[in-house]
Amino acid sequence: MNRIVVVGYGPTAHRLVETLTSRGFAGTVTVIGEEPRPAYDRVALTSYLSGTTVEDLTYDVPAGVVTRLNTRVTGIDRDARRVVLADGGAEPYDVLVLATGSAPFVPPVPGAEHAFVYRTIEDLDAIRVAAKDAVEGVVVGGGLLGLEAADALRALGLKAHIVEMSPWLMPRQVDEGGGSVLKSHIEGLGLSVHAGAGVQEIVADDEGQVTGLRKPDGSLVQAQVVVFSAGIRPRDELARSSGLDVGPRGGIVVDSAMRTSDPSIYAIGECALSGGMVYGLVGPCNTMAEVAADRIMGGSAAFEGADLSTKLKLLGVEVAQFGAMEGALDVTYMDPVGGVYKKLFISDDARTLLGGICVGDASPYTSLRPFVGKELPAAPSDLLFSGAGASLDLPDEAQVCSCNNVCAGDIRSAIADKGVTDVPGIKACTRAGTTCGSCVPMLKQLLEKSGVEVSKALCEHFTYSRAELFDIVRVRGITTFSELIGQHGQGRGCDICKPAVASILASLHNGHVLEGERAALQDTNDAFLANIQKNGTYSVVPRIPGGEITPDKLIVIGEVARDFGLYTKITGGQRIDLFGARVEQLPEIWRRLVDAGFESGHAYGKALRTVKSCVGSTWCRYGVQDSVGMAIGLELRYRGLRSPHKLKSAVSGCARECAEARSKDFGIIATEQGWNLYVGGNGGFKPRHADLLATDLTTDELIRTIDRFLMFYIRTADRLQRTATWIESLDGGLDYLREVIMNDSLGICADLDAQMNHHVATYADEWQATLDDPEKLSRFVSFVNAPGVPDPSIVFGSERGQIRPVMAP
Amino acid sequence: MSWTSICAYDALLPERGVCALVDGVQVALFRTYEGELYALSNLDPFSGAYVLSRGIVGTRRGEPTVASPLHKQVFSLVTGLCLDDESVSVPVYAVRAEGGYVEVTVRQLVEAGV
Ligand code: SRM
Ligand SMILES: Cc1cc2nc3c(=O)[nH]c(=O)nc-3n(C[C@H](O)[C@H](O)[C@H](O)COP(=O)(O)OP(=O)(O)OC[C@H]3O[C@@H](n4cnc5c(N)ncnc54)[C@H](O)[C@@H]3O)c2cc1C
Ligand code: SF4
Ligand code: FES
Repeated sequence: MNRIVVVGYGPTAHRLVETLTSRGFAGTVTVIGEEPRPAYDRVALTSYLSGTTVEDLTYDVPAGVVTRLNTRVTGIDRDARRVVLADGGAEPYDVLVLATGSAPFVPPVPGAEHAFVYRTIEDLDAIRVAAKDAVEGVVVGGGLLGLEAADALRALGLKAHIVEMSPWLMPRQVDEGGGSVLKSHIEGLGLSVHAGAGVQEIVADDEGQVTGLRKPDGSLVQAQVVVFSAGIRPRDELARSSGLDVGPRGGIVVDSAMRTSDPSIYAIGECALSGGMVYGLVGPCNTMAEVAADRIMGGSAAFEGADLSTKLKLLGVEVAQFGAMEGALDVTYMDPVGGVYKKLFISDDARTLLGGICVGDASPYTSLRPFVGKELPAAPSDLLFSGAGASLDLPDEAQVCSCNNVCAGDIRSAIADKGVTDVPGIKACTRAGTTCGSCVPMLKQLLEKSGVEVSKALCEHFTYSRAELFDIVRVRGITTFSELIGQHGQGRGCDICKPAVASILASLHNGHVLEGERAALQDTNDAFLANIQKNGTYSVVPRIPGGEITPDKLIVIGEVARDFGLYTKITGGQRIDLFGARVEQLPEIWRRLVDAGFESGHAYGKALRTVKSCVGSTWCRYGVQDSVGMAIGLELRYRGLRSPHKLKSAVSGCARECAEARSKDFGIIATEQGWNLYVGGNGGFKPRHADLLATDLTTDELIRTIDRFLMFYIRTADRLQRTATWIESLDGGLDYLREVIMNDSLGICADLDAQMNHHVATYADEWQATLDDPEKLSRFVSFVNAPGVPDPSIVFGSERGQIRPVMAP
Repeated sequence: MSWTSICAYDALLPERGVCALVDGVQVALFRTYEGELYALSNLDPFSGAYVLSRGIVGTRRGEPTVASPLHKQVFSLVTGLCLDDESVSVPVYAVRAEGGYVEVTVRQLVEAGV
């Protein structure tokens, strides 16, 4: 029993070899996979389209495991105990494990050869290429994976359709009532749903370019990309051809030890048929892998079926199903306006919870799933209102993470016995939360309930979070760092708390950032009102509101750049950056710029950067509002506003969105009736599209809403937390935000408005103020004892007709 | 030991640094909240840029420090040792306040790594 060969290198095979190696298996383990790389996280596959790299997705091969990638197994010679490879080679085994997974089912309709499937990295590469020249796409199949694929098409910029045979979407997870609520959510996001419809053919032109999908009623759904997601079929072809038992509808028959009809061959994962079921979720597949590993090593573990609960958040809609999908009694809560549908199934004596379905609000999933098969912890109607379940105490044996089969008791003991204090710690210790992530809120709850103090201290000098410090400063009327650290902190501060407090003081009082003691709190960028570069020089970015600039001002920028020999570049923020200024040159450069009417662009500050604009209705034939005018107005209103992280905005004149407003912290898109406001977008390291907060606002409503959005963010966000992560961190997310700033649910709007008005009324250009103050200006020298001497270490070469820094070797 | 007079003590802001050029050597001078003076080389060994005088001054477990403005590594003002990577340190120079003036000598007090 010392040579194990595994066929297929998907997530299940990975879990098997990982379990074997971590348990110290003594023999050789060889994994043969036809894909060109080791197993990767298929559950997270879609994130590959939004920038997650193949490296990030791919699992590490456990030490000692031999892999043969890009290699297909074509047969099993059971008598000789070896597998035959496509390249003609063979691999002998003592124990063989089939982990060949499943393949997407493609119905045999005419033209199906032109369609894509959605399962591997290569599939996504192909879809991405095809989407480049496409406008519309259609996904066949409205199940969990189909919706994920449709969302992916949408994210690739296509108008997406979903064709589903059943009368409603996600028929395996929700009932008809849930399906109708789900459909209205999805249509509200601009996707078209064709439920109760099949596929007649995929229509393509003579060059093989797809033009659409024909439905049985003869109508055509126009699309240049078609993706099939109409179910999966276990890959049991090797088992079949070598005479192992397979089920009538496919799947390799296994017993509870995961053994096939040949005792030296196991089958695990999506290719296995256990108790008449093929399991298409990672949770059960992982359990199968662990059972097989245990058996191979002489243990007696058994696979007795698994929980098929699912929870997902697709296109911003939460959908969840747990336990049974029917029961003697059921209790339904339905709010078609709010788009929420929740149903619980209970036993005929109304005491035992059997299962539930949720659309639009999955909170019962998190709080109630562990109670399936147990006594109801409260009256069903109470349990259906969101939040009611949050305070329930889970029994130790309640399963919390279904992907990795971890129970509440396991997590409690990790906290109590292993001293784990945060979610990453729980993940490392128990694996809970490491797969689909849907149990992470539960993990947080368990942590909080266990009484562990989760540290939110800013740094060693303050035990408070940024939001708490903000309140302390605001409520106690504190105006200096010394007061704050003396009364509420310890030590003398550092590069973390000083700029954070400087930002809070600036947001609240709007004084000059270099005034008095505040000068010593600033990062070098704020200290010199410019951005430091790799060689110690600085860049200069004058504000160009909305990207609009007169020829005269352009000429001034050109002259300044020429006279000071600065490298000049158009930025991604619709303005101009001048690089290579030494500290002692900054005041002279800014004197010229200020005289010509320029102001600081705050490229150096955690503050409003730019409000980009498209040309809008003044010139553009499609424009419906004056986007330039609005962008300039907003940029002037919020200029100089210090915040937890930088703030970016954009205004587009119509839905074509040339200003890329949805990639901004707050983005505005003109409509025929007014303005749509989107919040929480960013580019950068983890790009995210902004979410729609409100539609068809008047100009006044728009500005009031943005005022409150920004001030609420400034008040409550963490240090260096952009709006996207801030909104995600709010309990209740976007809906909660809407309640607070549009319906004044906390009663703080008047306060927020007053704070913004204070900012607008007291704004002054900080470069102008610096030039007017000899004391501040005196700090702009390279050498305190030789103010006129330039730093001799700064050397430039040239490139494409401009300067570039040269670093000493 | 030869001392070079740099500037008036009052010209230094508490909790900030300045740079002085002393016999061709760039010296970063700091005045802390308590009024102490410290002098380090201005060269940030991580980036190769002469910028340490422009970092944020603070404390780590009571020890006075400066954080490089480029990539935020923290150095002890007392020993020049990088507290984030103890294999790196910067030279420390002698500095004193004399008759209201700050004086420095670039004879190195602490060699790298000592
Ligand atoms: C100059 C510019 C690149 C260019 O040549 O086009 C630039 C340059 C810098 N960016 Fe940027 N970013 C510039 C547009 C962008 C954009 C595009 C945009 O704004 O439309 C993005 C993506 C959009 C976004 O922010 O969501 C962008 C994402 C970043 C990030 C990542 C932010 C994130 O949330 O992940 C950083 C790092 C940070 O802020 O912590 C960054 C940081 C920086 C810093 C400040 C890094 C630094 O501290 O030295 C760069 C110095 C600017 C300088 O010295 O003047 N820059 N940066 C652009 C200035 C725009 C402007 O006029 O103000
Ligand atoms: C986009 C997407 C999203 C998903 N989201 C979720 C989710 O949120 N939650 C959830 O629980 N599940 C989800 N799943 C399902 C989950 O990914 C599968 O349950 C899991 O991948 C099954 O793993 P496996 O190793 O059994 O099969 P597979 O992942 O199919 O791996 C089998 C491997 O074997 C290889 N192979 C097959 N035959 C041979 C042969 N003859 N020779 C060599 N190699 C061979 C295949 O190429 C493949 O690499 C998702 C799946 C997809 C595609
Ligand atoms: S977003 Fe609309 S109005 Fe603005 S430039 Fe593009 S097409 Fe024209
Ligand atoms: S339930 Fe999927 S990671 Fe825990």
